[in-house]
Amino acid sequence: MSDIAKSLPDKNRTVPFRADTLSRLRVSAEYVAIPLLALLCAFILFSAFLLLIGKSPLTFVELLWTGGYGTAFSWRNTLQRASPLILTALAVAIPARLGLVMIGGEGALVLSGFVAAAIAVPFVGSGLTAWIVMPLMVLAAGLTGALWLGLAGYLRYRRGVNETIASLLLSYIAIAIMNFFVEGVLRDPAQPNKASTLPIGEAYKVGLIPDLGVHWGIVCGVVLAVALYILMARTTFGFAARITGGNLRAALAQGLPVGRLILASCMIAGACAGLAGYFEVAAIQGRANASLAAGYGFTGILVSFLARHNPIAIVPVAILFGGLAAAGGLIQRRMGMPDATILVLQGFIFVVLLTSETLYGHFKLFKP
Amino acid sequence: MNDPLLTVLIAMLGGAIRVSTPFMFVALGECLTEKSGRINLGLEGTLVLGAMVGYAVCYQSGSPWLGVLAAGCAGTLLGGLHGYLCKLPKVNDIAIGIAMMSLGTGLAFFFGKAYIQPEAAHLPSVPLGAWLENKQLAVALDVNPLFFVGIAVALAMAWALRNTRWGLIVRMTGDSAAAARAMGISVDLVRFLATAAGGFLAGVGGSFLSLYYPGSWNEGLSSGQGLMAVALVIFARWDPVRCFLAALLFGAAGALGPALQSVGVTQGYYLFNAAPYILTLLIMIASSNSSRSLAAPGELSITK
Repeated sequence: MSDIAKSLPDKNRTVPFRADTLSRLRVSAEYVAIPLLALLCAFILFSAFLLLIGKSPLTFVELLWTGGYGTAFSWRNTLQRASPLILTALAVAIPARLGLVMIGGEGALVLSGFVAAAIAVPFVGSGLTAWIVMPLMVLAAGLTGALWLGLAGYLRYRRGVNETIASLLLSYIAIAIMNFFVEGVLRDPAQPNKASTLPIGEAYKVGLIPDLGVHWGIVCGVVLAVALYILMARTTFGFAARITGGNLRAALAQGLPVGRLILASCMIAGACAGLAGYFEVAAIQGRANASLAAGYGFTGILVSFLARHNPIAIVPVAILFGGLAAAGGLIQRRMGMPDATILVLQGFIFVVLLTSETLYGHFKLFKP
Repeated sequence: MNDPLLTVLIAMLGGAIRVSTPFMFVALGECLTEKSGRINLGLEGTLVLGAMVGYAVCYQSGSPWLGVLAAGCAGTLLGGLHGYLCKLPKVNDIAIGIAMMSLGTGLAFFFGKAYIQPEAAHLPSVPLGAWLENKQLAVALDVNPLFFVGIAVALAMAWALRNTRWGLIVRMTGDSAAAARAMGISVDLVRFLATAAGGFLAGVGGSFLSLYYPGSWNEGLSSGQGLMAVALVIFARWDPVRCFLAALLFGAAGALGPALQSVGVTQGYYLFNAAPYILTLLIMIASSNSSRSLAAPGELSITK
């Protein structure tokens, strides 16, 4: 007994630094344990749903693994879908740090994608080098998105218009603007069934990463996620933004430039969503059409919420949801289920994970 | 008769009556929920699930009215779930709303696959304009019965919110949770019931889409009408009667594009479709600066 007591570290001699690290670890363990628990719960609930309709949950999980993460091919598919999700989720996460709920990423994505295509189309066949046209497209897309969501931020600060509703309305307006041009003056006459712009041509398309077979959007997403994490966690801008999000009155009393912070964060958000639109056009579709409004903007909102608006955590969450989407086709074919199965699973996961927010701070185990 | 302006006006009137019903129900549901101090962005999912359940039940039973009721019940379930989850501490109602939208749409698409092909019975229409000489106007005045139900609900809700004890409780919960608690009212219960009832109305609105106009079940049935209802309620400044009028206006604005196209004006069709959104945004900008003038419930997170 006394031997054991001796081998234990003396409480009075414990180095404060170690105790601090340990308690910090326990707190961060909560941020990993609760989402994993919630994910498990969602899968159990979904398994019950599958059993109810007479399908095997085991086959489902197996196919989900094969289709999402099992092979190199499925990884390519997963990452390709994760790339716009990372970017649209970043578009939610950055304003969220200031306490803004922006849900207009879908519109910024669609409009920016369209603008990128509209910039490229006149140069197709002109022989102008991609080194000029492609940066132009990126710039135009990023700027369009930045201005679009920046407008919501401006209205929020100058006029007190609620940014959630304003960004939602701007989303619909953006989609209408794209449809107006795509169905009208910029329509490709060679596409009678689906209204599209002319193709942007192979020369201006974003290529694939060698050996990986995924377009560069995923790299752009990860780099931006890390950069924005550093911006929010390690710079004066991020510090001021977090104070504003935590307590607006305190921020105003401190003389922080709240208006500029709101505008800047909304513009960063818009630029992220705009880049998502650029990659959808320049790497996947090769032209702008209604397929751009595929719901990435809306899923991105949930990805950001599930990652608790942490830019780094967005990457794994987006990859998880990219994998679910990628496995959809396989599950549909092999199990004879509708393609909406994945939507149902996503719905279960979203609802359970968001509900699990309520568990934080409840467990003694994670208390520092 | 051949006056293009008249044709456009009649088409817009018909469009307003035809298209406004789902807007009206979702907006009334959202209005009730928001009056209690909570927002439900998930009504888009409720609308789609209501459309699917209404169609399926009508197809199986042969009775469209049973379909309407079933759609309402499905909406109540989704609304109730939203209401229950949002009362938990630290759960964000806007995010849960979007999650419920994705769950509702997912369930509707999943179970609705079997009902894309079959033909189900429709709700009957009331030919108000049968006595008219003008055939166009007569067609425009073929009014669906749910339209009248919607007006009745709007009037009843406006009256009840103003004059009954229940109405007072809902309004007080929405304006100040602290005051309601001081009166011994369970804020969570009131919001739960208001959200569930709002879900019922949205479900009924959904059944209109599949059982009257466009009148069949398919996955592209609701193009964001449920989400738009949130804007519509702000546009109507949380007043049920103005919700009805705003729904008419949104319906007419939505019919403007097709109406102009039918008389040969094809330019700007898609921009006219955006008219309701632009209108709402402009009104929000014009009436903002002091949320008091908006007459918004004080506890509502989106107006803070």
